Amino acid sequence: MNRTVQKSLFFIVKSVRTSPSNTAGKLHAWRGLSTTPDPPTKVCIVGGGPAGFYTAQHIIKGRPDVQVDVYERLPVPFGLVRFGVAPDHPEVKNVINTFTQTAQHERCRFLGNVNVGKDVSVDELRQLYHAVVLSYGAEGNRSLGVPGEHLPGVYSAKDFVGWYNGLPYNRELRPDLSHDTAVILGQGNVAVDVARILLSPLDMLKKTDITQAALDALANSQVRRVLIVGRRGPMQVACTIKELREMVNLPETQPDMLTDDFHGVNEALKDLPRPRKRLTELMLKALREQAGKEAHRKWGFRFLRSPLDVLPNADGTRAAAIRLALNKLEGLGDEARAVPTGEVEEIPCGVIISSIGYKSLPIDSAVPFDPRKAIIPNTMGRVQETTGLYCSGWVKRGPTGVIATTMNDSFDTGRVLLQDLDSGAIDISESKLGAQGIAPLLEKKGVRPVSFSDWEKISDEEVRRGEAQGKPREKMLDVQEMLSVAWA
Amino acid sequence: MAKHVCLQSFHAVRSVRLWSALSGFQARPDRPQVQVLQRRQISRQAQLFTGSQNDCSPNTKILVHFVNQDGVKNSVTVSEGETLLDVVINKNLDISGFGACEGTLACSTCHLVFEENIYNRLDPVVDEEVDMLDLAYGVSNTSRLGCQVTVESWMDGMTVCVPQEVKDQRELSKRTK
Repeated sequence: MNRTVQKSLFFIVKSVRTSPSNTAGKLHAWRGLSTTPDPPTKVCIVGGGPAGFYTAQHIIKGRPDVQVDVYERLPVPFGLVRFGVAPDHPEVKNVINTFTQTAQHERCRFLGNVNVGKDVSVDELRQLYHAVVLSYGAEGNRSLGVPGEHLPGVYSAKDFVGWYNGLPYNRELRPDLSHDTAVILGQGNVAVDVARILLSPLDMLKKTDITQAALDALANSQVRRVLIVGRRGPMQVACTIKELREMVNLPETQPDMLTDDFHGVNEALKDLPRPRKRLTELMLKALREQAGKEAHRKWGFRFLRSPLDVLPNADGTRAAAIRLALNKLEGLGDEARAVPTGEVEEIPCGVIISSIGYKSLPIDSAVPFDPRKAIIPNTMGRVQETTGLYCSGWVKRGPTGVIATTMNDSFDTGRVLLQDLDSGAIDISESKLGAQGIAPLLEKKGVRPVSFSDWEKISDEEVRRGEAQGKPREKMLDVQEMLSVAWA
Repeated sequence: MAKHVCLQSFHAVRSVRLWSALSGFQARPDRPQVQVLQRRQISRQAQLFTGSQNDCSPNTKILVHFVNQDGVKNSVTVSEGETLLDVVINKNLDISGFGACEGTLACSTCHLVFEENIYNRLDPVVDEEVDMLDLAYGVSNTSRLGCQVTVESWMDGMTVCVPQEVKDQRELSKRTK
């Protein structure tokens, strides 16, 4: 070990590897490093969401000589599982248990509060690690590309979801929910989640980990009608049946759909594959039964409509309506294309939520990035024209799919990386410093990582605050607050 | 609707600091169950990272063969009353990513393909299970979610399979050489 690294060893941490709980004894990046060195093969992962943790899990399991360090920009881990999955879907968040077990493994280290691209570059990581996996997901969103989309009152679904899920970046969103109609553009599961959160009875939301600020805003919300707008027809809708079923069964609400939108759908049913057929049948059933209902809160798909522009109010200070082009379909099934008919319609509304897709952004000029597809160019997870650089999750494939999709994708990247370690494509005979080398780099920048047990202190505090409200947790919204609790 | 949520085995394997919003169970560090939870956690960790077998249940009478994603067969003897997801976890079977949502019908990672004669005798499937099966990779006419199938004695000797992966990495790497 060289002198610089020796100087970084502040004090000796008693190795408690024999204890059942590894959190006390594992290598804390920032209370000094244990005298027991990391295993010789060093891999780091950029991004502490599902892709990062599933990739870490696969690699740790695959070889006993590998140390995996997971870097995360926020002090808190788990990415979209924490900030994307709807608060009323706690069972989907059960994967956090498996991520926690991975993080607590003796050959895994979590380093939160480290911004790769700013605090440390990817090149610096590649000098310290035998392999670097980029799993940082998609923090941007696709833009509508229509006039008026930047008016107050228009939000991306990513930001709206981030707001009710406590993403620090979105805590000041303060969406205006004072108009009775909300329009959501896009018909995927994120759009349906947003609709459901806008219309759910407060009693249901009160027991979830939705932020208190969102709960207060929703308690005062005047939104009574949510329209979920898509360019194509019912048989092209991107959401899945579980989410649709939840909307249909949502208490104190009823469907409000247009018969005209379903022209020809009944006849086409018999030829559809089972998943699409069941989804379409459920929509048709909701349509048939809506006349008999009398709920005050309504939700409905509006098909065959594309946004043309967002219209402002009289003094131009905020969005007041959306103008939509009416389409017809050419072609069938997934290949059907929306073609404008020339007709337009206007829907007055107070909030417009654009749910047309997340988008990855480039992290570092040294990493190849395809701006058209908004992914890192790769072959099976190996970043093109590099060695020792990999990617997994949405930044590799694009921002679609559920957690299980990301899981399988992460295992694929993990498999390929392990293959390269086994075959010698990555030269592990060359010794690398890993976290020992990161320490002085970050210290120079005044950056202090948050360890996994530091995160657990944040988590315990959130749970404690939630208990008073009968909620699983009350999330902290401010990074500085998270850090002060982590390092108290 | 008969929704089979296996709370038993999964709460047992969580460590004190993890939360479980599903049942409202909230871990507190001062609970006496701490030691038990931590021991089970090692078992779960062992399953996650080594795929090692750990046959420790007393009333084992029913033989079940599991074929994993790589075609590897593991034969285990299990008790009536466990779900197939419980079996995979308790026996530490090496099946990647099995049971991500821990038996709450929120994913399709415990998807298993059954032999036709076994499939036809299983309890009827409810809508919520079909909803998730519809999303599973490699769904067949004899597919079910393992978390919804409870072991019964007539299943003795059955074989259940995890669908094989689309991409066989060995073939792909041969092509790129």
